[in-house]
Amino acid sequence: MAKPAELHFFIDPNRCIGCQACVQACTECDTHRGESMIHLEFIDRAASTQTVPVVCMHCEQPTCAEVCPADAIKRTGDGVVQSARKPRCIACGNCVVACPFGVPELYEDRQIMMKCDMCYDRTSVGKKPMCATVCPSQALFFGTLDQIGQLRPLSEPVNQFRFGHQVISTRVFMMMPGGLVGHRPLVDVTAAMQDRPRERAIRLTPATTDPFSQVEV
Amino acid sequence: MRPPREQRRAAVWGGLVTAVLAALIVAGSRNLNHFDAALVGYTFATLFAAFAITYRYSMWLQRPPTRMYWRRGWSVFLTPRFIGGNLVEAVRRLTLSFAANRFIFRRGRLRGAAHWLIMWGCVLAAAITFPLVWGWIHFETVPGRLDRYQIYLFGFPAQSFAVHSVIGFVIFHGLVWSALLVIAGVMLAFRRRMVDHAAVSLQQFAQDVMPLLLLFAISVTGLMLTASYTWMKGYAYDFLAILHAITVILTLLYLPFGKLFHIFQRPAQIGVSFYKDAGSREPAARCRRCGMAYAPAMMVRDLIGVERDLGFAYEMDAADGAAHYQEICPRCRRAMFGLAQAGAWSEGLTARLAGDKD
Repeated sequence: MAKPAELHFFIDPNRCIGCQACVQACTECDTHRGESMIHLEFIDRAASTQTVPVVCMHCEQPTCAEVCPADAIKRTGDGVVQSARKPRCIACGNCVVACPFGVPELYEDRQIMMKCDMCYDRTSVGKKPMCATVCPSQALFFGTLDQIGQLRPLSEPVNQFRFGHQVISTRVFMMMPGGLVGHRPLVDVTAAMQDRPRERAIRLTPATTDPFSQVEV
Repeated sequence: MRPPREQRRAAVWGGLVTAVLAALIVAGSRNLNHFDAALVGYTFATLFAAFAITYRYSMWLQRPPTRMYWRRGWSVFLTPRFIGGNLVEAVRRLTLSFAANRFIFRRGRLRGAAHWLIMWGCVLAAAITFPLVWGWIHFETVPGRLDRYQIYLFGFPAQSFAVHSVIGFVIFHGLVWSALLVIAGVMLAFRRRMVDHAAVSLQQFAQDVMPLLLLFAISVTGLMLTASYTWMKGYAYDFLAILHAITVILTLLYLPFGKLFHIFQRPAQIGVSFYKDAGSREPAARCRRCGMAYAPAMMVRDLIGVERDLGFAYEMDAADGAAHYQEICPRCRRAMFGLAQAGAWSEGLTARLAGDKD
């Protein structure tokens, strides 16, 4: 069984409302039951309500797998990077420190690394991952490129990310503003090194233009 | 075309280990005097397995991350200041992790029980059959005492025991006990593989099902041999002996290629634990963005080296000079992931609003 090739995962952190539904639903998945593999990060909780859900991006050339001394992390033919194979993982933690997206988690007591595997027991039979099933704002979306194109005409899915001088291609897409993609078809993550989230203080300055005119629904 | 250097090195190591094993077979069986010719098929299968396992192990050790852990692991273990404590700790960790399979029981009780039964069944069977196949162990009657057997190990006399005693019964049926352990473990493992949704979706026949089938086949055909000569007057014994030999030889040939290779990889877990001990004695690396400690500094340094060896270029141009992406903690990486998208949208919106004004 394998994930159908036409189905993709799309992540749109701007839409995340921090409801934690994905975190709860993730624990229901059979491949990591009881453990949530999604990271719902408050970027700066004291200053902002901004949150970002982070799932495994399923890199084309996974750094986690390359730096694994036990050769325990495998990418299946459908492009899904699986959790460490249990007989092999020696719980060194290389993958945890090496992953550019900060995804894998180490469980020292069980001597195993686990990570988001796109709910392989579900996606391999054509179902949606648990998080995408419950996300009320569709910050996490699982479907075809056509579907996401119709839902978000102003957005463009991007699957190239820059970390320093390294560019990583992934199977999971990030939704980026459409107009910019032509000029910059990748997400420069390290450029956000000094960025801080927008403050949560509400400004009462009247807007000069209709703020909702460009908002997608 | 000449094979790459790594392959040549692995082939040399494989050849060396095979030659040493062959020499030990000749020496241990006293110039093949105690070598059982009926077991020659098994012997050649073990020699092939020795070559292939060493070859794969050597290739594995030459991967940059494995090589780093191999060298660092031994280096920190053998540090003179800590060697005493490390030896005691090694015995403790070997007992808990390997003899008791504690970490596997923590993954699941039935999973732990299945592995523990299969592992000890295989250990017991290997401890009996390999020395027998290589002629390192044989039995002789004690001169003048036909009711006693003398065990010879590597040609040297060891313990003797009464043939018709509890000890004799236990020793002569050693492979029966091991087969029963393996069959019980395989049953538990197969049950999990049939009812567990995760296992069903992830398992591959060659990797996960095949080894269980092979171990089951060895155990059942072995028990059938015992049943044949004990209760059925040797009925179909020759056929069963060949069938049993085929299952064992197939498993020996499969050993270097499939899931069972973890038997040889797994001890690296102990080396990693000493590497972590050494890392915890050093100051931790602090995140370049948030300043929080997130990993042992030694590990981050080593990982940067490994990534460079692998051809990754996570170097960054920072305001204070060269930096590396590994110097940012995983939490900040996730935050930057969200901020990068938010920044692009803000930029896009600003550009659009500016366009509207124009």
